[in-house]
Parts: sequence; C-alpha cells; structure tokens
Amino acid sequence: MKDFIRIQGVSKLFGDFVAVDNVDLEIARGELFSILGGSGCGKTTLLRMLAGFEVPSSGSIQIDGVDVTHQAPYDRPVNMMFQSYAIFPHMNVASNIGYGLRREGVAKGEIARRVDEMLELVQLGDFKNRKPDALSGGQRQRVALARALIKRPKVLLLDEPLAALDKKLRERTQFELMNIQDELGITFVVVTHDQEEAMTLSSRIVVMNQGRFEQVGTPKEIYEFPVNRFVADFIGTINTFEGVVTVVEEERIEVYCEQIGDTLTALGRQLVEVGQAVQIAVRPEKIFVSKERPENDKDVCIEGVVDDLGYLGNRSLYRVRLKSGRVIQVSSQNRRRSVTRFLEWEDDVWISWRPRSAVLLLD
Amino acid sequence: MNRQSRFVISVLSFGYAFLYVPLILVIVYSFNDSRIATIWGGFSTRWYGELLRNDQILDAALLSLTIAATSATGATILGTMAGLVLARFGRFKGRTLFAGMISSPMVMPEVITGLSLLLLFVTLQQLTGWPAQRGFSTITIAHTTFSMAYVAVIVQSRLVAMDESLEEAAMDLGGRPLRVVFDITLPLIAPAMVAGWLLSFTLSLDDLVIASFVSGPGSTTLPMYIFSKVKLGVSPDINALATIIIVTVSIGVAIAWLVGRHVNKPR
Amino acid sequence: MSAVSSKRDQVWRNIAVATPYLWLLVFFLAPFAIILKISLADPVIAQPPFTPTFDDQGRIAASVDSFRFLLTDKLYAITYVRSVVMAAAATILCLALGFPMAYGIARSSASVRSLLLLLIVLPFWISFLLRVYAWMGLMNNYGVINNFLMWLGVIDSPIQIMYTDFAVFVGLAYSYLPFMILPLYATLERMDISLVEAAQDLGASRTRAFWDVTWPLAKPGVIAGCLLVFIPAMGEYVIPYLLGGPESLLIGRVLFDEFFVNRDWPLASAVAIVLLILLVVPIVLLQRYQARDQENTA
Repeated sequence: MKDFIRIQGVSKLFGDFVAVDNVDLEIARGELFSILGGSGCGKTTLLRMLAGFEVPSSGSIQIDGVDVTHQAPYDRPVNMMFQSYAIFPHMNVASNIGYGLRREGVAKGEIARRVDEMLELVQLGDFKNRKPDALSGGQRQRVALARALIKRPKVLLLDEPLAALDKKLRERTQFELMNIQDELGITFVVVTHDQEEAMTLSSRIVVMNQGRFEQVGTPKEIYEFPVNRFVADFIGTINTFEGVVTVVEEERIEVYCEQIGDTLTALGRQLVEVGQAVQIAVRPEKIFVSKERPENDKDVCIEGVVDDLGYLGNRSLYRVRLKSGRVIQVSSQNRRRSVTRFLEWEDDVWISWRPRSAVLLLD
Repeated sequence: MNRQSRFVISVLSFGYAFLYVPLILVIVYSFNDSRIATIWGGFSTRWYGELLRNDQILDAALLSLTIAATSATGATILGTMAGLVLARFGRFKGRTLFAGMISSPMVMPEVITGLSLLLLFVTLQQLTGWPAQRGFSTITIAHTTFSMAYVAVIVQSRLVAMDESLEEAAMDLGGRPLRVVFDITLPLIAPAMVAGWLLSFTLSLDDLVIASFVSGPGSTTLPMYIFSKVKLGVSPDINALATIIIVTVSIGVAIAWLVGRHVNKPR
Repeated sequence: MSAVSSKRDQVWRNIAVATPYLWLLVFFLAPFAIILKISLADPVIAQPPFTPTFDDQGRIAASVDSFRFLLTDKLYAITYVRSVVMAAAATILCLALGFPMAYGIARSSASVRSLLLLLIVLPFWISFLLRVYAWMGLMNNYGVINNFLMWLGVIDSPIQIMYTDFAVFVGLAYSYLPFMILPLYATLERMDISLVEAAQDLGASRTRAFWDVTWPLAKPGVIAGCLLVFIPAMGEYVIPYLLGGPESLLIGRVLFDEFFVNRDWPLASAVAIVLLILLVVPIVLLQRYQARDQENTA
C-alpha cells in the first residue's frame, strides 16, 4: 500500500507566519521516512500535525485509510518519541514504558508481560526499577523508544531521535533503530536536521525549506540528482558554475560558463533550451586532482593552483583556485599511506571530472 | 573572585544587623521580669505563663490559624488552576484581563484591597442578604483572593520552566487532558503547590489591614489583637508572643533549608 | 496545548478557566466598580452611610463632591505629597543599603550565599506587625537606643525618636528592605562576572567598570526593587500608626481613619481612587517588568 499515510494540501499558519505551506505527501507502510530541513523549515510542525498536537489550517491527513485530521492525539494510532525524550521524571523505567497500556486499560499481568518484552527489545532489562534521573542519555533514549512502541502504533514519529546523543553513540543507535524498525515493521517518520542521519536511516527523504517540499526521494536520488540548488547545497557540499546553455544534443548539454571562460559539459535529459541560464553542479568527491593534465579528452579539465589543503585522515580536502579566481572544493581518498604530501600549497594542478558526474540545476 | 571589597562587607554587616538586632532585642526583653518592658528587671519567664493563661490571645491565634489554613487551601486550588490556565491554555478570549487580575492583587496597597472588599461585602449583603455577618468567612475569602495570585505566579513559573512535551507525551500515549493533569502535571508541580500553600498560610497569618476592614464584631484575628495592644505601647506579653513566633518560624525555615540543601546536593 | 480535543475534554478546560476567572471577577474586579460607585455618592447618617446611586426617579445621582473636597482641601494635598516623599525617601535608603548587600550576596561563595539569602527571606515569614513592633522597644524615650546613647554620654536626656517622621522613615526602610534586595540579587546573580573582568581588562578602573557594566545591567532589578518598595510604602498604614506621631499623616492612615473614625465612606473611596491613580504608572511598570522577567527565566 503506497498511501498508508496520506497528507493532502496541508498548510499550517501561526498568525501570519506560514509554517507549512500546502504540502502533499504519501508514505508507504513499513517505510522509514525522514523529513529533513534546517531549523524553522516546518518539519516539526508537520510532525506535530501527524501526532495531533497541531491542527492543520487546511488540508487533510489520513492514516491507514482513516481521516485523522481532527482526531485528538490520544485517539490516534500514532505514537511519538520526543526530542527531549519527555521521560516522566516521577515514574521509574517500567512505569514509564507501561503508561500507554495503563491508559488503554490493559490488564495488569498483560502490561507487565509486554513491558518486559519491550525492555528486552531495547536491552534495558536490568534498569526496570531505575528512576529516570539515574539513566544515561542513551538509556533515556531507549526508554522513550520502548514507551512509544509498546502500544504497537501504526506509525512511530521520531523528533530528532539522536540529536541529544554524542557522536559515537549516535552511530551505534542509528543501526539499532533500523534493526528495530525492520523487526517490527512499523512505519517510522523521522524529523531531523542532520543530513547524514537522514541518509543512513531512511528509505526515503523529503527535503523541506520554508514550509515547502523541495524534493522527495531515496537518499541516493537526493544526493546524486538534486533537483535544485537548495537541495544540492543542503545535502553535502557541492561546487556550482553558473552559465548559459549553448548546445543541446540528446542527453548531452553544453554550457558556457563566463566565470571560468570555458564550456562545460553535462549529461542530462532536462528540458532546456539554448540560451537558458542554468547551473552545473559537481560534488567534491567526483572531481579528480592531478599534477599533469589527464589524457581523457572527454572529461572536463581546468587548470588551477592549490590554495589550501586539509588532511582529514581518510581523505584530504583541497581548495583549488582557478585562473578566473573561482575556488573549487575537491575531496580525494587517501588510499596510500605516506607521510609526505602528494600536493603542496601553490602547486599547479589540473582538476577534472566526467560529464556524467555533473548535475544540471535549473534554479 | 571571593575578594569582596571592604565597603561591601561593612554594608552587608550593617544591613544584617539592621534586620536582626531589633528582633534579637525583642527576644531578650521577653525574659525581662520588669513590667516596663524596656527596663531590665532580671530574668524571668513569667510573661510566657501569662500568655498561656490569656484566653483572648489563644482564641485569636486559633481563629487566625483556621483562617490561614482554609484560605491557603482555597488559594492553592484556585491559584493552581489559574497558573495552569496561564501557562498551558494558550490564547483565549479574555486572557489579558485574566492575567491582569492575577498579577494585580500582589501590587495593590492593602488599604485599597481591604476597603474595596468590605464595600463589596456590604453591597452583597444589601442585595442578597449574604454575608449576614462579617468574620471568618469574609476574612477567608479576602485572604484567598490575594493569596491565589501568589500561588498562580509560583505555579505558572514552575510550569513555564517545565518541559511541555512531558504532558504531550502522556496525551500521545492515550491520556485524556484531565487524566494527564492528574498523572503528570500535578505530581510535577507539587513542590510549587506546597510552596504556594505555605506562602498563602503565612500571608494570611501576617495580614492586619485587610482583616481589619472585612472582619466583624467578635472575630478578632491574632494580628488584630496584637495591634490593639501595641497601639498603647510596648508590652511584655507581646514580647513573649513575638519570641515564640520568631523562634518557631526560624526553626521551621532552618529545617526546610537544611532539608532542601540535602536534597539538592549533587550525587 | 492547542491540540484537538473532544467536547468532554472541553468541559474540563472551561471549568479550569471559569472557576478562578469568576472568583477574581467577583472578589477583585467588582469591588473596584463599587468603590468608584460609592466615591460618587454623598455621605449620610444611615446604614450604609452613603446615598444610593439612583434617586427616586431612577436617575443616576452621581456627585463629585468628595473629589472636589479632596482637591480643594489643603490637608489632603499635603498628605499625598508627604506620602510620595516619605515612600521615595524610604525607597532610596533601601536602594543605597540593598544594592551593596545584594551585590555582596551574589558575589559570595556558593555555600555562604544560600545562608545569606535565607537570612534575607526569613523576615518575610515573621509577622510584619511584630517586626514593626520591635522598633518601638528600640526607639522609645526609655528604649534601647536612648539608653545606649546616654550610657555613652552622647546625650544626657532622652531624645525624641518615636512618633517622628524619622521613625516612620526607618520603619518603612526596615520593613521593605528584603523587597529591594531579592530582585536586585536575582539580576546580579544572573550577570556574568566576566563582563566586569572584560571591562577591567580593557582598562576600566573598578569604579568605572561598575558604572559602565554592572549598573546598566542591574537596572531591571533596580527598577523592580524600587517599585516593590515604593508601591506598598505609599499605602502603608501600620508603620505610620505605630511609629509616627499625630502629625506624620500618610495617606493610608488617612483613608483608614476617614472610613472607620469619620465614617465618611464616599470620601474614603475617593481617597482610595486618587491613591490608585497615583500608583497606576508604577503598578503597570512593575507588572510589565514581572511579565518580562517571567519570560526571561523560561
């Protein structure tokens, strides 16, 4: 079922401020879907509308075929894991996890059994009777997860689930989350500002900006084929060249870029016309850097000087200044082990990329 | 950083002396045998004995304590509701007026509050026959009204500091709003409610002016009784009474402070 | 909570709003309307002692006589001015004493600080009346101060301290000093000490750094503290009654006497309304400050 969650024409206004601006979205059952965007882009508002804490100003939300637009949070088959985790400080771990079932009026023995089941799932069996203030950040996160999952919701909403954890723990928890999602088959909707987190976790991502959807797609589609400048910039780093289309052939487009005084080639099927202003965008890791001019004349080749370089362990970053003064970012893998540098400041170099690595952006 | 200038230290010492020397002297003179309270006539505890035999004082104290407990309880209930409304209910029609009415009693001079309430009770009596007599009930209502403002402010600031997603989480897990108030909100603001109750209790015990306006014949609160005596000058049994109050309050506050410090100590 | 909720839940919500709301409307707002109404009546010897608002023909019978009397009678004008001057003087003394104290407390080490603060709050819990009373034993003709001064040989017969304006002034400052210190402490404690250090690092002397950094940052606390002292001091009744002489009339006492001794309810109401008008600006200022403070701590 492709439209397990169906958001239709939903807008949310706070006074004059448009937080969410007429968005449509369908999420399939069992998906791990991420809403990605900067602060104030409307992602949290959208999530809160799914949870029932905000009522859309217009539009409707359906979950599993039922219109929930005007349903109260406590009547929805949806549970949420809060950014602050919102663990009840006056209840121990087991009471926190069992709270939802108690409100449902489930029998005591059944609650105890299911709480134990959940504790096992999140590996917190020994912490059953602990008070929340005696838990670490990672443990609190798992209590929050167990508490939200115990009612077996149709949809689990996660608001910045990993933001409060440190880097190492975050990476491990990401995979735990994915495993649990896989095991239970519950549809997850995650809100995050962290593009790496969205990329690793999700089956699909929507990139949000100023209340609107910029692009919906798989992580790969979004990274490799961004539809516009915003998405390209937001996900990772990208070099862009503004120019004018000079030649349009089948799947091959030539763009004259005044900034660097050269013609660049890109592959693409976009509907462009000769004379149209466009941008060519290339990711740093798609660019090669070398001391000699590469032989393959199909590649785009430009001369430059190493302006700055940074050693990051697994890879090195170069900032290459072109003749026109433009500075291009290049990232290259450090495959060989060596104490001497392959390139030094002020070295004359060539940068090159394959036309198929470049993306044509219309705005 | 702990280098305090000599000026600051001397002002601090003077300030604390200013605050406490008069109280200490009252305590010292309460053990004075002399009837002329300011002339030392030897150590004695006779004024304490006289205090205990003074039925008027005991009646007044009992009335004051009853009013204080009743009005503090009423103020805590009403004030908690008001604090909850202000902190959690968002915008609603008439909110500005409501917020204004909550914060005004605290800054209103007592004579105005007292006069206005008395005139209200007189008018109500003319119109409805109630209150037939002014006394316990009218004083309690008056004290509840100004104390609830303090409770509301204490509860509101506690709620504002509290993560609202706790209540949202409970709702998300199936708790209806009223249920969530009892499951989550009230247990978490209980310390603020206790603090509010204690403050209301003290404010009520302390009040002379408003009670003087709204009380009737036969209902004399402790401050009213004390006032009627000290109008005529220093009196040794009031010294003894003051000593009992000062010592009791100090011990209570000291215990609360020690307990609070122990609780707040990082583990 | 702007969440959707059902009718049943809406009922509880309405009860929570309506209960305190109605209480305040009846017992706080309505009384002010009644004061206004009675201030526009004429005094009569009756029960209650004022003319009804509507005459026999049902016309409104408002009279501004009480207000006219207030404005023309010199005694009242003088009393209002005296109250303002007295309250202002007490406020200034509280500030002069309270600021260094609050500063000292805020800058003391954590362990001492909570004790010092406790000693500021403690008087709040001890009867206000008894604290004023304590000064009677000090300032009496045969009180501690006079005895001490005579023992020192500074004076040879008791000087009159009680029942003077000076006694009222000291009593006001003593009673309201904690109201000044607490908001000052709150702002000074929140202030980052490194700001002062930065100013000194950039070449400011200690005094310069105080006036350039500490004072401007402490201003909200200064304003709140001054208003918290000034407003109740204006309407004070107990202190002028117990410590002041028959001439040291303050407006709170005049209101009380007008009501209870002269039984002139319309005039007492008019006195209250004029007092309220005098205090409207400081009260609104204070409320605005408190609302902002509430937001800041959030």
